[in-house]
Amino acid sequence: MTSYIIRRLLSLIPTLLGVSIIVFLFLRMIPGDPALALAGEHATDANVERIREEFGLNKPLYEQYLTYMGKVLRGDLGRSVFNKRYVTDELRARFPATLELSACALMVAMIVGLPAGIISATKRNSIFDNAAMVGSLLGISMPIFWLGLMLNWFFAVRLGWLPSVTRLDSSIELHRITNLIIVDSLLTGNAEALLNGIKHLILPSVALGTIPMAIIARMTRSAMLEVLEQDYVRTARAKGLAERVVTFKHALKNAMLPVITILGLQVGLLLSGAVLTETIFAWPGIGRWLYLSILARDYPIVQGMALFITFLFLMVNLLVDLSYALVDPRIRYG
Amino acid sequence: MTTTSEALEGLPGLEYAPRRERGLVRDALRRLWANRGAKVGMGIVLFFAVVGYIIAPLLFSYEPRTDRDLPGRLRPPTREHPFGTDELGRDILTRISHGTRISFTVGLFAAVFALSVGALLGLISGYLGGFPETVVMRVMDVILAFPALLLAIAIVAMRGPGLNNTMFALGITYIPIYARLARASVMGIKGLDYITAATGVGVPAYRIMLRHVLPNSLSPLIVQFTLNIATAIIECAALGFLGLGAQPPSPEWGAMLSNGYKFLTVGAWWALLFPGLAIIFVVTGFNLVGDGLRDALDPRLRRGV
Repeated sequence: MTSYIIRRLLSLIPTLLGVSIIVFLFLRMIPGDPALALAGEHATDANVERIREEFGLNKPLYEQYLTYMGKVLRGDLGRSVFNKRYVTDELRARFPATLELSACALMVAMIVGLPAGIISATKRNSIFDNAAMVGSLLGISMPIFWLGLMLNWFFAVRLGWLPSVTRLDSSIELHRITNLIIVDSLLTGNAEALLNGIKHLILPSVALGTIPMAIIARMTRSAMLEVLEQDYVRTARAKGLAERVVTFKHALKNAMLPVITILGLQVGLLLSGAVLTETIFAWPGIGRWLYLSILARDYPIVQGMALFITFLFLMVNLLVDLSYALVDPRIRYG
Repeated sequence: MTTTSEALEGLPGLEYAPRRERGLVRDALRRLWANRGAKVGMGIVLFFAVVGYIIAPLLFSYEPRTDRDLPGRLRPPTREHPFGTDELGRDILTRISHGTRISFTVGLFAAVFALSVGALLGLISGYLGGFPETVVMRVMDVILAFPALLLAIAIVAMRGPGLNNTMFALGITYIPIYARLARASVMGIKGLDYITAATGVGVPAYRIMLRHVLPNSLSPLIVQFTLNIATAIIECAALGFLGLGAQPPSPEWGAMLSNGYKFLTVGAWWALLFPGLAIIFVVTGFNLVGDGLRDALDPRLRRGV
């Protein structure tokens, strides 16, 4: 197992190098001179030259790349061209917000999606099955930003039940330790912040969780249906086991493999969705920030974030592969 | 010599039905037609196609630049304007129906682009193996390792906002899926005897790929293609919503949503509701057809699971 993990971690290196090279070249293929864009419209030639010097844009490409990678390996992902803040500092401030939102969204998705899929499969062609499948079809066919807007309008603007933007009411004081609102308010015993933070999380989590929810429900259903037809399930029933035991002990565990794969793939979807959800709910996370940085052509941020996101994505895939071994004892890594 | 029908004649209750030869395509189409969901899906897609390409140009006159009526702006749905009017007094139903063409075009082009490039890359790398395969599939991994929408945003930002760049950007993000599917099919077929035979008698590689390998890997590609149109339509709307896709006054659905959103606080829910519903319906339609095609084309699923 350990040697497998080490091998997998080593195999991440070429992919990460590939990403860094592609992102590096990609950003420099953007039409227009970045130094000119940074200096502004009325800059003098000397000014442009000074900026070129400052950011190393006058050096050959490979040199720029090597300098950059040298810094990355020392834990410096670069700093914003505009406000000069370090990418790592921004990440520390913003990533917890996205993490908290994504985790809650995934939780919403699993809490609803898994049981819906299981019930649909065991009560195949029932009213519940049909309703759940129509619902999940609509779920994957819905633009999540539209759902977010409608939820925001209905529950926040129209009914006023839930807050519509940001992570916490500005009137509430919370000592930030991890910058995860729920964790911090639990750590400091701040019930008011906890309640408020959860209220703020509900709408964005539902919006962001809808597509994964629908995908999980569909996947669970079809995986369960396949497993329920297997001989050993028939055997289990034949020897008189309760249907509940057959479903949860014999079928569900074996149906989990494809579902876990799908769960891993949701990470990319959640990050894409975070751009839209964070925009709608003014959520101070990395999705919206990266989107604005791309538009502003803040190269260092986009580069650093691209590396960070790919790394995250690859790590999740590794975790998914490792979790197979937990679910399925036939799978052993060595 | 007795034929089968003669042999069966004496047996009561058994009639000889000559086996009808059915082609693969006809077989699949029959199964598709038997699928209720797929029929509904085809109906929805057809409906929107008719509205967008026939009814809208003929019945709803529309000039995006001048067609405005400021005194009648942001009116709720009435008999005259069933879906209400937007912030410039333009009829939302008219705009939605004309926007259909944009969504269909983007969906189709992005999917066709990705299918052709991806399938070609997958076929070649799967067939050749070795170094070309490693390079192509590594690059695909890198693209896949990045969230699709963010990649599309980056490409559009690089090339400038607009519909053409949206199609192109979305297309690029979908390439790896097709490359992987095509490669997987090739890997499955490559070792089979008839390919060895064809190679043995000297059929050139490109011909083997086009004549023997490609047709055998079409099923998963077709299914993916249909589902991909659905995804592309949603993501085109997402880019439009972010202001990167179609530019005003284009009646692209995502751009309409982003406009409608600004007037939600004054209670103009119709400017948001109806374009969103249009997206949901069309995308559901394509998804239904895709699901139906998967059931019809994938032999492993033919038991009706």
